[in-house]
Amino acid sequence: MTHNTIKVALIGNPNVGKTSVFNELTGLNQQVGNYPGITVEKKVGFSKLSEYTKATILDLPGTYSLNASSMDESVVIELLMNKNDKNFPDVAVVVSEVENLKRNLLLFTQIKDLEIPTILVINMSDRMDAKGITLDIPFLEAQLKTKIALVSSRKKTGIAELKKLIINYKELPTEPCLNASSIDPDYFNSLRRAFPNQLLYKLWLVITQDVNFSNLHRKHIEENSFAKPKAELKRLQQKETIKRYQFINDTLKVGYIVDKTKATDIREKLDRILTHKIYGYLIFFGILLLIFQSIFDWSSIPMDFIDSSFAALSSFAKTHLPAGVLTDLIAEGIIPGLGGIVIFIPQIAFLFLFISVLEESGYMSRVVFLMDKIMRRFGLSGKSVVPLISGTACAIPAIMAARNIENWKERLITILVTPFTTCSARLPVYAILISLIIPDKRILGIFNLQGLTLMFLYMLGFGMAIVSAYALNKVLNIKSRSYFVVEMPSYKVPMFKNVGINVVEKTKSFVFGAGKIILALSVILWFLGSHGPNNTFHNAEEIVESQLQNKEISGEKEDLIASYKLEHSYIGIIGKSIEPVIKPLGYDWKIGIAVVSSFAAREVFVGTLATIYSVGSHAEEETTIKNKMAAEVHPVTGVKIFNFATGTSLLLFYAFAMQCISTLAITKKETNSWRWPMIQLAFMSGFAYTVCLIVYQLLK
Amino acid sequence: MTLTLAQLQRGQKAIITDFNVDEIPLKLLEMGCLPGNEVELLQVAPLGDPLYINVNDSHVAIRLETAKEIRIDLINEF
Repeated sequence: MTHNTIKVALIGNPNVGKTSVFNELTGLNQQVGNYPGITVEKKVGFSKLSEYTKATILDLPGTYSLNASSMDESVVIELLMNKNDKNFPDVAVVVSEVENLKRNLLLFTQIKDLEIPTILVINMSDRMDAKGITLDIPFLEAQLKTKIALVSSRKKTGIAELKKLIINYKELPTEPCLNASSIDPDYFNSLRRAFPNQLLYKLWLVITQDVNFSNLHRKHIEENSFAKPKAELKRLQQKETIKRYQFINDTLKVGYIVDKTKATDIREKLDRILTHKIYGYLIFFGILLLIFQSIFDWSSIPMDFIDSSFAALSSFAKTHLPAGVLTDLIAEGIIPGLGGIVIFIPQIAFLFLFISVLEESGYMSRVVFLMDKIMRRFGLSGKSVVPLISGTACAIPAIMAARNIENWKERLITILVTPFTTCSARLPVYAILISLIIPDKRILGIFNLQGLTLMFLYMLGFGMAIVSAYALNKVLNIKSRSYFVVEMPSYKVPMFKNVGINVVEKTKSFVFGAGKIILALSVILWFLGSHGPNNTFHNAEEIVESQLQNKEISGEKEDLIASYKLEHSYIGIIGKSIEPVIKPLGYDWKIGIAVVSSFAAREVFVGTLATIYSVGSHAEEETTIKNKMAAEVHPVTGVKIFNFATGTSLLLFYAFAMQCISTLAITKKETNSWRWPMIQLAFMSGFAYTVCLIVYQLLK
Repeated sequence: MTLTLAQLQRGQKAIITDFNVDEIPLKLLEMGCLPGNEVELLQVAPLGDPLYINVNDSHVAIRLETAKEIRIDLINEF
């Protein structure tokens, strides 16, 4: 027998532990990518089923039914409808959960109507005793026309049986378990006559959905007068749903017995506390504090370590490699560039750790429930809480998290305002500017003035997000039906393996996604800063020397040459040409360069200033970037460059301006239009410019 | 006068009698919010909205404006 690969698709409702089953089947042998053209995450894993048989396992996004209401759900339908898709599964594995079997089976009966070999996994079987549930598996298998694997991904049981069922998928029955077309026999009969070669249920899905199917065109159906008004279609869909539930209820009446006297439930008690009008909010804000504490305090330990390691590596490269352009590129371009990416790993990992624990445990839905009414006053949804919290790490995953919001207007507003929240890339900028302009003092004995300033900037970010959401809600004229249905899953202790894999995957995709841009930019900056167009750059040494001799300038020769070179390099020219625009905000051309380069990623600001001040100077010199910035004075007036007015103006600029190309790109992707990212850019940056102009002119 | 889900008290149970399909998200129907099914109000969010219900063994939160569209008959428990 030759090696044989079976294509498996994992399908199921959200919160049934589908991903745990996926992790159990594949271990760490998985890849995360995107479906072409959209940002829906595509997870594929590999599993060795037996000595001769392997399987590729596709973990499809969670869906409640085959009636798509989001991009994630459309992916499932489009795949299952298209037999020619290279991912089209040989066998569908529908994952359900023992406590919610009734609802989970709705999707199962729909998949069965597509006549794909289907296995039913009943997960979380370890909870059956606690809930007093007994199952009649042979009866269920006969009624549902399938094979059932009773699995507990927590206790790691049933996976071997599931693998066996997958190997023998050809023995699975493919006929539907009920006749859904009886909801309107005349209509469906005429459909069948018009398209004799097509599966009736597929036709029905094409008629009711807005999804694309490659070999079946909606137009074709509409031309044949099978189109119905939306309201009538929905009535039929309701009838269909009722019909399916009738069948499911009849089946479960015999096959699924619950002894309520044995059931113990902590859900009710936990809900009473976690959604309480006082304790609920206290607990939520306590958790938020813990998240911020971990992001800004605990992660500073590994971050400092990474920072000093890369600095050491850079000077090591400089002293030990032969001098030349290549060494300069490595020591001043590539190593600091890599350092600028790696330094964010601790913060991103902590954030994803918390978010993934909160989601796995079922707590996140309670937060949505608690916050919905408050958020709605500002045109947002309870579901906007997740993007706004995630935004403190990075706006990119945060904007993607807004996908769960079904109401288009609420989702759009969430996407547009999320970049106002203070992302971790702003943190290094804030940190260095605060340390320059705010004294390191305590007030009232406990509060550190610098810490308070940082907290104020975070509040400012959130405040701005909320205020602009309120404004957008008034301005945007989008009619969008309120549509808010949130499942409140039962509480679960998060599984270490799931959380771990999630944190690793998310961090990896951030590092490789954003990292590429940051690294490329660091190298470009290094090049622009160390090369110049004409003789004034190349003859820097002679010019400075002659100026020194004529006593036109004074100071250390080496430093003077370095700064002269920089001023006449490409980057210096760019900086000087934008100086008229940024001068009213209190910035000189060096700050200008740093601000412009921040458009790749904000944290580049610090790196750029580091490059600007260190290009050409001795690697052994141990003055930190902060000391150098503090020592900078205006060449004519002798006033400190980073004074209070300029520093405040810069802080506010970074708080408000849209300065991240990646964020604009993701907004374009998620809104499917250039209009919204352009509005975001114009509004945020315009606002930032105005505020900074006023503040600087008042403070100066 | 007909009652709607929005008028249910916490802990009360009822049977769904009818609703205007156009006003109810399809997803809620799929969760089992259908005429004839039992519904229980489990929690009300601190500001009176949304509502946390158990319908057809599905635990879901819906907004008050959706609940107002769902007509019910109270189940009297003695």
